[in-house]
Parts: sequence; C-alpha cells; structure tokens
Amino acid sequence: MAFQINKNFYGDIPDDGSGATLPQTATETKNEWPLWEIFIRSKQGLDHKHVGSLHAADAAMAIENARDVYTRRMEGVSIWAVESKYVHASNPDDAESFYEPSEDKIYRHPTFYQLPDEVNHM
Amino acid sequence: MPVQDLEKIFQEKIDQEIKIEPRDWMPEAYRKTNIRQISQHAHSEVVGMLPEGNWISRAPSLKRKAILLAKVQDEGGHGLYLYSAAETLGMSRDEMISDLLSGKAKYSSIFNYPALTWADMGAVGWLVDGAAILNQVMLCRTSYGPYARAMVRICKEESFHQRQGFEALLVLSRGTDAQKAMCQESINRWWWPSLMMFGPKDSESTNSDQSMKWKIKRKTNDELRQQFVDMIAEQIKVLGMRLPDDQLKWNEERKHYDFGEINWDEFWNVVKGNGPCNKQRLDARKKAHDDGAWVRAAALAYAAKKINTKNEKAA
Ligand SMILES: [Fe+2]
Ligand SMILES: [Fe+2]
Repeated sequence: MAFQINKNFYGDIPDDGSGATLPQTATETKNEWPLWEIFIRSKQGLDHKHVGSLHAADAAMAIENARDVYTRRMEGVSIWAVESKYVHASNPDDAESFYEPSEDKIYRHPTFYQLPDEVNHM
Repeated sequence: MPVQDLEKIFQEKIDQEIKIEPRDWMPEAYRKTNIRQISQHAHSEVVGMLPEGNWISRAPSLKRKAILLAKVQDEGGHGLYLYSAAETLGMSRDEMISDLLSGKAKYSSIFNYPALTWADMGAVGWLVDGAAILNQVMLCRTSYGPYARAMVRICKEESFHQRQGFEALLVLSRGTDAQKAMCQESINRWWWPSLMMFGPKDSESTNSDQSMKWKIKRKTNDELRQQFVDMIAEQIKVLGMRLPDDQLKWNEERKHYDFGEINWDEFWNVVKGNGPCNKQRLDARKKAHDDGAWVRAAALAYAAKKINTKNEKAA
C-alpha cells in the first residue's frame, strides 16, 4: 500500500528485512549504535514486560544502560535486551482478517454455558 | 484506499480514543507534528540538565547534592524515553541530535535563563518542573501511543522534582534574612519565564487547532497557564513569599486568579536565540557531543572486535 510507512523502530520492525538497517535520510547515521528493546521483570513470578528502547554498542552495554534508566526506583529484578531488528511484527493493515476468526467463536468463553445454580464455582 | 478515506478512518480512531501506534497509517502532518514536538521535548530534557548540573558541585550539603544528582539523572532518562518515542516515527537519533546542535530544532526557552544562586535550584524544581508537569500530565493522554507511554513513565518521576524544589525553598523561607531574600529574588527571576513555558497565547498559536483535533494536545496554552497560576498562587502562601505581579488577584466570578501581561517581546526574543544563555547552552551540548565522539567510536569498535574474536574461536 502506498501510504505505508517504510521506516520504523520500537519493536515494530517490518518483516521485510528493513527496519533498523534501512538507509537513513541523514548521511551521518552510519555510526549510530544499534537500537535495543528492553524488557523488565518487575518482580519474581511476573513476566518480562516491554518498557522501551535504547541505543547501545553491544548487549552488555544495553543491559547496563537499561539498569540505569529503567530500574532506578526498584522497578525491576531482571532485564532482557533484544536488538530491535530481530523483532518481527504483525501488520496492522491485516488486523481485521488476522484476528477476525476468533470473533464468532463465543463457545470458547465460559460464559457461553448456562448451568443450573447448584453447580457453583465451575 | 484513497487518502481521504484513510484520513477519515484515522480521525474516527482518534475520536474514539483509540491510540495510534507506530505502524498504523497516519497523515504526514500528524507524523511531522509529533516528530517536531516529541524531539523538541526530548531536547528540552537534555538541555534542561545544564543549569542544574552546574550546581551539583556547589550544593550546600551532601543530601542536596544527592537529590540534585538524582534529579539531573532523571532528566537524562526523560530525554531518552522521548527520543525513543520520536524514533518510532522514522527519524533517527543522530538526525535529531544534529538538528539540535545546528540550531534547527528548538528546546524550551526556559533553559536559556541562568541559574544564579542556590535558591534557583528550588525555584526551578518548584516552578519550572511544576509548569512542565501540567503539560506532561495532559500528554499522558496524547493520541500517539509511544509518546503517551513515555509521558506516563516521566510523570511518575516528576513529582519528586517539584517537591524537592519546593522543600528547598521552604528551608530558605524559614532561614536567615539573607536566605529569605535569596528565596524571594529567585522567585522574582523565575516567575515570568515559567509562565512563558506554556507558549504564545491561544489567539496567536498557529499549531493549536489541528493539535487539539488530533488530540496531540488536550488543553490549550492559556488553559494550562491559568491552571499553573491558580496552583502556584496558593502554594506561595505556604512559603510566605510573593509573586512579582501586582495584578495577581483572585477573581471570584471566574473562580480563577487574574494575572498581569507577559512580556511577549522578551518571549520571542529568547525563542529567536537572543536569551541570556542560548549560546552557552548550545556550546555546552556541542562540546559534550564532540568530546564524546571517540567514546562512541571506541565502543562500536570494541563490540565489533568481540564478535570477530567469537567467530574466530568458533571456526
Ligand atoms: Fe523531565
Ligand atoms: Fe523534572
């Protein structure tokens, strides 16, 4: 589609191999450190959650920088850093057809089943 | 799909309070407005570290030094969150930085005023961060997802900034005559520039209408400014100080404070680069960028070397 953006980051890199490695409009970006997506586990027992992104020369630096910016107030006990170009994203233009099949399958929800009152807590 | 239809769908999403995410279709002007606003916001956080950073080594106690360090470090983080949000719209970090250093991109004019005394660290926290917070709270609900998320993160950290500033002034306001005078003078110097932070009057602001329609902004400059005046006019009573405005008066009919006219010539002058510290601030940023060039290059070279050694070992 003509109006699709051809360049974006932040864990939304298109699957066509572009994204982080796309030619930039400015000439002086060739020395830019790669972009990393940061995921933080806020406490034991919870999933890692995406919190943002940052530039770093390598994974170790990404994790150290993530500690400095995203965990200054005890927000985390564990950090994942994933280089942004490795994140593959679904296409928002396909959202309708992509997620539509689950819309009419109401029998997948517990509320679909009317049971006698005696069967509590099922 | 023709552009008109895409624009219609886009506006419907905005009207229904559905956030716009990076890969969604958006009008070019929406993208540009957001890039401009978010990157300038990021620059403001970064340049904003300069007047306060200047006082870290001269803070009056270890406690105040630790607080100021923590605050300045927060502001650096705010810059990062915002740069990242702007990058999702397709502008690279390097482009944004070079626009700042070349003077093409603006940052908040407030940071072109000097911080002359220790009391200024209090006034900046209370008034400057206080004004920024009103804007930022509104932006937590802005229509562009990554920008809104960055603002939520920032707002969580900001309230400490304003409180530590007010508390620093409170200590001075209960101190010696010299400390009280220093407190009042600093309020005198920062009051009007803080009011200017909300930008030109609604009647003169060019971007406001479209930004409101797209819900990038949700309150006008004048609404936010009034909210700020109402808040500060009450808080200053606790300090026992006064705001340097003879026309400041509670208006029972409007249920708001009336206040005097801003010196708009000064406002435009500073915006155009003729403020007391414009040159100094940009020079400091340029120097930091240039002095750090070898570090950036060395880190890349080191990362490349590590990968090579790893590959050699594997072979
Ligand atoms: Fe900030
Ligand atoms: Fe702040």
